[in-house]
Amino acid sequence: MAVVTYRDALTQALREELQRDDRVFLMGEEVAQYNGAYKVSKGLLDEFGPMRIVDTPITELGFAGVGVGAAMVGLRPIVEFMTWNFALLALDQVVNAAAKMMYMSGGQYSMPMVFRGPNGAALQLSAQHSQAWESWLAHIPGLKVCTPGTPADAKGLLKAAIRDDNPVVFLEGEMLYNTKGEVPEGEHIVPIGVAEVKREGDHCSIITHGKMVLVGMKIADDLAKEGITLDVVDLRTVRPMDVEAIARSVQKTNRAVVLEEGWEMCGVGAQVVDFIQRECFDDLDAPVLRVHQEDVPMPYAKNLERAAKPDAAKAIAAVRKVLYLD
Amino acid sequence: MSTEAKPVPAAAQKRKEKPQAAQDSQTDDKPAPMGGTTREERRALLKSMLLQRRFEERCAEAYALGKIGGFCHLYIGQEAISTGTMSMIRPDDYVITAYRDHGQALARGISPRAIMAELFGRDTGCSGGKGGSMHIFDKETNFLGGHGIVGGHVPVAAGVAFAIKYRRGNQLCVCFFGEAAVNIGAFHEALNMASLWDLPVIFIIENNRYGMGTAISRSTANEDVVVRAKGYRMIGESVDGQDVFAVRDAIGRAAERARKEKRPTLLEMRTYRFMGHSMSDAVSGTYRTKDELEENMKRDPILLLHNAMHEAGELTEGDLHKIDDEAKAIAQDSWDFADASPEPPLEKLYTDVMTDTTS
Repeated sequence: MAVVTYRDALTQALREELQRDDRVFLMGEEVAQYNGAYKVSKGLLDEFGPMRIVDTPITELGFAGVGVGAAMVGLRPIVEFMTWNFALLALDQVVNAAAKMMYMSGGQYSMPMVFRGPNGAALQLSAQHSQAWESWLAHIPGLKVCTPGTPADAKGLLKAAIRDDNPVVFLEGEMLYNTKGEVPEGEHIVPIGVAEVKREGDHCSIITHGKMVLVGMKIADDLAKEGITLDVVDLRTVRPMDVEAIARSVQKTNRAVVLEEGWEMCGVGAQVVDFIQRECFDDLDAPVLRVHQEDVPMPYAKNLERAAKPDAAKAIAAVRKVLYLD
Repeated sequence: MSTEAKPVPAAAQKRKEKPQAAQDSQTDDKPAPMGGTTREERRALLKSMLLQRRFEERCAEAYALGKIGGFCHLYIGQEAISTGTMSMIRPDDYVITAYRDHGQALARGISPRAIMAELFGRDTGCSGGKGGSMHIFDKETNFLGGHGIVGGHVPVAAGVAFAIKYRRGNQLCVCFFGEAAVNIGAFHEALNMASLWDLPVIFIIENNRYGMGTAISRSTANEDVVVRAKGYRMIGESVDGQDVFAVRDAIGRAAERARKEKRPTLLEMRTYRFMGHSMSDAVSGTYRTKDELEENMKRDPILLLHNAMHEAGELTEGDLHKIDDEAKAIAQDSWDFADASPEPPLEKLYTDVMTDTTS
């Protein structure tokens, strides 16, 4: 199987779906002539032309709304946000229009569209450019929220998202674009709403998604050397959430750490813990712990930023705690 | 019917007043008197406007009785805009509007029964009882909703027009919103893209002079709202929105521009809302005076059309009674239908959130 970057896996998905269905088009800032701020749309303008690869003004609310209108009358827009931080300006269209259109029209207008772009902190981009938005978006009925952590999942989930007749929010890890992995060529679909166990183990479950999947796999590999085996459950999509996969894992390990990039308050982890305490109460041998960003806006200074982010050391500390090793 | 509350001086009452002679229409140098409409067309326009008026008078009554809940924004006073616009566009064109949407929905030809049932929150409503007053949708007539966030649907209209262009169609999209929406970012973002990309869309500002209870002079630095078109290299035009013929003329020009030149237009329809912003505020007394209201009600769009037809000698009192009685009967039938319709079954709470389909 070919080893490709997360970025190229996304480009493959876009190219294949643009070839497959001429109702699919991509719009956003710098997606065409510039080849994408993160080069995800590289080469697509040459192949598909300016009507299908559309450069927009810097006007997130406006072009998100254009996508909504186009989806209402049968096109299948992919709206790229240069980063999800800028998408806050467009949330009215995502939440009040795309997510609710089908419901408030009594089922008359489905919204086959994808909102995608990089999410989460990169390096020293400080407060306004370093945020993970999945808990906000997963709060909204009517949206699906994908958070791929690996190149194969990035490709397979994006293809599934583009084919889905519902609005799908697609959060790409800003720090993942250069990561590499095996990616099946051609038709490779990852169903939305199905988690994957990325490492199998017996001692503790790690429930995670997005960029933190790599951290989960790393600590599983590290702790395995000490004889501690982790069951790393990659949710892959935060909404709908594969709660059966969470239950299967926790019923096996009897302990869990929930690892996410975002803040603690009302985070994705809060939802996971809520599910575990209701459905796996009698299976637990220890309280479930959460690992997340510190409860501060992201600082710029290298040392402070490092201290603010969730990482392998914090995750290992949490695992040791639920195993009563520390 | 005779015992019903009459919250608004109705055309039927107005007709007893002496019609003011439309002096201008007698001069010969005026192009196409009454917009070049035929007698039948004028009759249809009057019918459409009276239906909206009678229907919404019943809405006010139903609201007072608790049969309609939530927010309910009446269109009374602005009917020439909806009727004039819809009479100039094609069935395959698209219409999108804000939350003051009953009039446009009726003028577009959506079943009055389905609209009233929606307002009553019934299963037979055009949006299955899930939308309510602010969210009238009807796919059959390309009526893309009733939207509740001021200005939020303006970029959506640009997107519909984008799709028309994408498919090389020659339809257009008509987008209604109030004058208060011209101060919100979405309006400007949409106009910029519509012009930049040559999109076939007609943006219609219904300038009723109040954004909820705030007069335009208190909210808008330049009250001449149509000049905003210039900022986006777009043709803009101010129109007497109480004159259905003027509305038709302007829409006709804008529609031709959209279809032939693929260019957007911004129209300001100068109008006045005879009722409060919604059913929860007083018609006058707080942010506007009774005198102002009464002065503006002299230019009731239905009265103006009635007068023109009367002057032309083509509308007898009997004719008017007949049209008015028909409108009242449709409103009554809609009420009866809605009242007799079942509420949505509880299992529908969870339907229409997501579809299982893929493509």
